[in-house]
Amino acid sequence: MSDGVPTLSVRDLRTHFLTKAGAVKAVDGVSFDVAKGRILGLVGESGSGKSVTGFSIIGLVDPPGRVVGGEIRYNGANLLDLDDEAMRDLRGNRVAMIFQDPMMTLNPVLRIDTQMVETVLAHHEVDKATALARARDALGRVGIPSPEERLHAYPHQFSGGMRQRVAIAIALLNEPDLIIADEPTTALDVTIQGQILFEAQKLCRETGTAMIWITHDLAVVAGLADEICVMYAGRIVEKGTVDEVLDRPIHPYTHGLIGSVPSHNSRGRRLTQIPGMTPSLLNLPPGCAFRERCPRADEACLAEPEIAEAAAGREVRCFHPHLEAGA
Amino acid sequence: MQSSLVVLVMSLLVFIGVNIVGNPVDMLINPEADQEEIDRVISDLGLDRPVHEQYGYFVFNALKGDLGKSFIYGEPALKLIVQHIPATLELAVAALLMAIVFGIPLGVYAGLKPDSKTAKTIMATSILGFSLPTFWVGIMMIMVFAVQLGVLPSTGRGDTVDVLGVPMSFLTLDGLSHLFLPALNLSLFKISLVIRLSRAGTREIVHMDYIKFARAKGLRQGRIVMVHLMKNIMIPVVTVLGLEFGGLVAFSTVTETVFAWPGMGKLIIDSIHNLDRPVVVAYLMIVVLLFVTINLVVDVLYSVLDPRVRLQDQKS
Repeated sequence: MSDGVPTLSVRDLRTHFLTKAGAVKAVDGVSFDVAKGRILGLVGESGSGKSVTGFSIIGLVDPPGRVVGGEIRYNGANLLDLDDEAMRDLRGNRVAMIFQDPMMTLNPVLRIDTQMVETVLAHHEVDKATALARARDALGRVGIPSPEERLHAYPHQFSGGMRQRVAIAIALLNEPDLIIADEPTTALDVTIQGQILFEAQKLCRETGTAMIWITHDLAVVAGLADEICVMYAGRIVEKGTVDEVLDRPIHPYTHGLIGSVPSHNSRGRRLTQIPGMTPSLLNLPPGCAFRERCPRADEACLAEPEIAEAAAGREVRCFHPHLEAGA
Repeated sequence: MQSSLVVLVMSLLVFIGVNIVGNPVDMLINPEADQEEIDRVISDLGLDRPVHEQYGYFVFNALKGDLGKSFIYGEPALKLIVQHIPATLELAVAALLMAIVFGIPLGVYAGLKPDSKTAKTIMATSILGFSLPTFWVGIMMIMVFAVQLGVLPSTGRGDTVDVLGVPMSFLTLDGLSHLFLPALNLSLFKISLVIRLSRAGTREIVHMDYIKFARAKGLRQGRIVMVHLMKNIMIPVVTVLGLEFGGLVAFSTVTETVFAWPGMGKLIIDSIHNLDRPVVVAYLMIVVLLFVTINLVVDVLYSVLDPRVRLQDQKS
């Protein structure tokens, strides 16, 4: 797992949105590593800061959002120190991103080949024929039939699943070291989702590309990721390997999250749910952000818990973790 | 199909309209002429026949390409108008180019940096462009540039060069200087319009996922704006400009009158004054045809700009 420097190492990342009503701490002290060829699942509800984390890494947080602190080390170098041009050359080249809605990510008035070739030409001084050949190969790799002809098509001539494959092919064009996938299967059918997940996993194994897979769907990361970070209100509340976290969640939030997934065992019974809703990031109460929804909360939770090693290879941000459930 | 119906209905409206506004005989004839003389002129011009018969006669001839003879000049109305088209067309094209060259960059800039001072100035100025009446701006331009500063001429077309037998101003320096003020005057409203359209388009498109994706691909800002953004905002701009071009040609009357530009607009004003029915009718028919044609061209341009629009969807 640890062969020297991880591909990406995020330390204490803080991205705030400086609005008129005050600073919204969308990401507040997030740290994680992704090693070569590994897939990290970043799980959380809407508004937990998982997408903003992704955009912070690639340097595309929309104003008024801004990375206000921390480090994003890519192969050891801090991306926050890079100037705009260096950052531009990194994007789509060494670090690629795949978006959530495949119907919206491709420009509707430009042909697929245009959109692919420009991605190659933005980073490499090759002629157009070479760029086209690369585009064709990339389309073939993500399982698009007769890529030669499809290159001349417009986005509206593809189905949603095919469009997402094209978007993934674009991400692959320059053989990046890291791919950030922001809920890329959320808008797709389950069968298509399965295919995409399979392709993604195969890709990481074969090319050694590291991947961050952002999702709210625990079922997706269960089959895909190596490690999981569970985010809540801009912070990571639990971290560990997929099997450990999903089988024996120790943070009450993760516990609730897994408990609210319907399964065979829960048939006929009322689904458990987490009471209340995610707090406003504008005015987070002091102490643990999950305190008001947590069945285990007490006076101790009025202080803010730090993330700490709770068991071997397990990190959790809680005063009352579910340790008794673990073996 | 639809287009020919539009033309037909228009011809009917126009014909009735010009018959209501006044009797051209009063204008044409010497007040001292006797009744016999008057009757002779009336029957010469075919005005003694009932209106529906006149209309039938007009349609019959129009189908053969004959829109009647001018009462005043004694020449075919169509020929008169065609002689005046190049001047107007030149003015309209120049105005259109100005609208594109000034309007789109300013609008896109204002859309990309909506909070900057420059953008706010652009938008405020464009409101002036909308609300100041054309004739007043024209007169002011003449006052400032022709009278006070004396840098630009105020009337006429200047030196012209014949292109395929048609006199054109834009090929000589003198002609260009004559063209500049009226073209700017005519395009002021259009520039404002294009600024507003491009700004609105830009504001909408920059927030689209595909623009963010283009940035995530590491494209340079220049390419994102010039290709990804521009091609998307061009669709509404082309639509409106297409329709407005018809307006520029047809209704350049005010500007042409202020700057004494010898185009169609001036001809129509003179003809209305003289109740020269055939010229008025012919002019309006040509304007209708122009609008119909421009609509067609805009539809074709759509399919070039937007692959999702198919030609077979548009049968009109």
